[in-house]
Amino acid sequence: MDAMAIVSIFVLAVFVGFEVVSKVSSTLHTPLMSGANAIHGVILVGAIIVCSHSETTLELTLSVLAIVLATINMIGGFVVTDRMLEMFKGKKKGADQ
Amino acid sequence: MSRTLYDLIGLAAGVCFILALKGLSHPKTARRGNLIGALGATVATLVVFAYKAPLHNLGWILGAIAVGSLIGVPAARKVQMTQMPQLVALFNGVGGGAAALVAIVEYLALGADATTAEVIFTVFTVVVGCVSFSGSIITFLKLQELMTTRPVVFPGGRFVIAATLAAVLGVSGWVVVALGTTPLLVLAALSLLFGILFVLPVGGADVPIVISLLNAFTGLTVAASGYVLNSTLLIIAGTLVGASGTILTRLMAEAMGRSLFGTLFGAFTAKPQDTSAAGEERPVRSGSPDDVAILLNYARRVVIVPGFGLAVAQAQHTVRELADLMISKGIDVAYGIHPVAGRMPGHMNVLLAEANVPYDQLAEMDEVNPTFGQTDVAIVIGANDVVNPAAQTTPGCPIYGMPILEVSNAANVIFLKRSMRPGFAGIENELLYDPKTMLLFGDAKASLTKVVSALKAL
Repeated sequence: MDAMAIVSIFVLAVFVGFEVVSKVSSTLHTPLMSGANAIHGVILVGAIIVCSHSETTLELTLSVLAIVLATINMIGGFVVTDRMLEMFKGKKKGADQ
Repeated sequence: MSRTLYDLIGLAAGVCFILALKGLSHPKTARRGNLIGALGATVATLVVFAYKAPLHNLGWILGAIAVGSLIGVPAARKVQMTQMPQLVALFNGVGGGAAALVAIVEYLALGADATTAEVIFTVFTVVVGCVSFSGSIITFLKLQELMTTRPVVFPGGRFVIAATLAAVLGVSGWVVVALGTTPLLVLAALSLLFGILFVLPVGGADVPIVISLLNAFTGLTVAASGYVLNSTLLIIAGTLVGASGTILTRLMAEAMGRSLFGTLFGAFTAKPQDTSAAGEERPVRSGSPDDVAILLNYARRVVIVPGFGLAVAQAQHTVRELADLMISKGIDVAYGIHPVAGRMPGHMNVLLAEANVPYDQLAEMDEVNPTFGQTDVAIVIGANDVVNPAAQTTPGCPIYGMPILEVSNAANVIFLKRSMRPGFAGIENELLYDPKTMLLFGDAKASLTKVVSALKAL
């Protein structure tokens, strides 16, 4: 990929990232942080790619460790965010009553 | 699978992440947003298997994913609401660690073929990923109270930190010029050390801000790995998290009335605390559950201020029972929620939502502060720093400038506390010695249960 395309993607993504979270009530700060945290668990894709290229024992060991850590980040992150938000659903029910 | 199809699916996953962040910003769509994010991540992972098939080391890859799931899912399922913040910190740390490892392996594989740009991005990922990893571990230890929650400041600390940073930058240059495995491993070790030194001086209430910042850092490392691995998806996802994480960090700092700069460079300004005043015995007025019940029975307006102690005691259901009982007696009841009560912004909202507390009873700080003048009783349950008048009266104390709930304006203040131990920030609270304050010692849940039965008997 040429450098200009990458810079364009990067700059546009920065602005999208700024825009989507510019106004958030403090109530949602924790779940939002946790959700964003889960999204960067997508480094798992990178870990899988490097593991599939690994030739030496050192590379294999490090990349397998990277997959384990990335999976914990991604799957654990989404599950824990869902658990937090499940409780907000309860709150809405309470308010409706 | 063609490269075009692979990239298109990657783009779709990137769109999922944007929708996820957008959804998470609004209470009604938050849960759906998170599920969309999970969907995007799942698709992105599965499509790699299809694109790269047949994958070399497939057994290892699947095994490692299984091990990661077996650790991550139960941890996320079983964690107590009180320990949520440290779990998020830990997940963030392992993500940073994963990014650093990916960069190291790719560097080993590229060898002398790496372009200068690839080496620079690798160096960035290793440095920031390692800082995020070790920094998150320290925040975890602080929140789990496995180490002191106070700022750790040692003589000459600022010089040690500055020297470590200089060393990190120097070795980074060495890696770019010399292209070797040894300099890269030295760099990783130094970065881990810097992460520890960077977070140690951060005290108490500022820890959530640091977690959020490290979260944004990890996002950027993922974006940098995306460059090295030629993956648009990683660039998009990482940059999104980096940007939104930065905004979120600023929002959190604002909610706490802290300057981001002051939080991060606390090590350069903080002085060792003068603790000589602590340990001095002063009289306090402690009461029984019956005294509290009588006070409440004759009140017209009561504000409940929950804090970390409520979370520790799992007393959210009992506090709701007390509030319902008071409402049935015609007392006007509101919960005063400080944005950073507990160990993370929004912690109390999550906890009270679990007990089905109606949303309209929760009042945010700006809403509730002007009403304390007309409040007969403010019940502070396991909170301390967020009601400590020192934040307004004592320049130089660690929480000075943080907006607080002005419970001291209420006619009576009741503190439910386990002991006279100061709050997370480690500062003495003058309000405890105020004549209009009554203390009810004990576990918050046990105390509240006693108050409820005493109030029922009246």
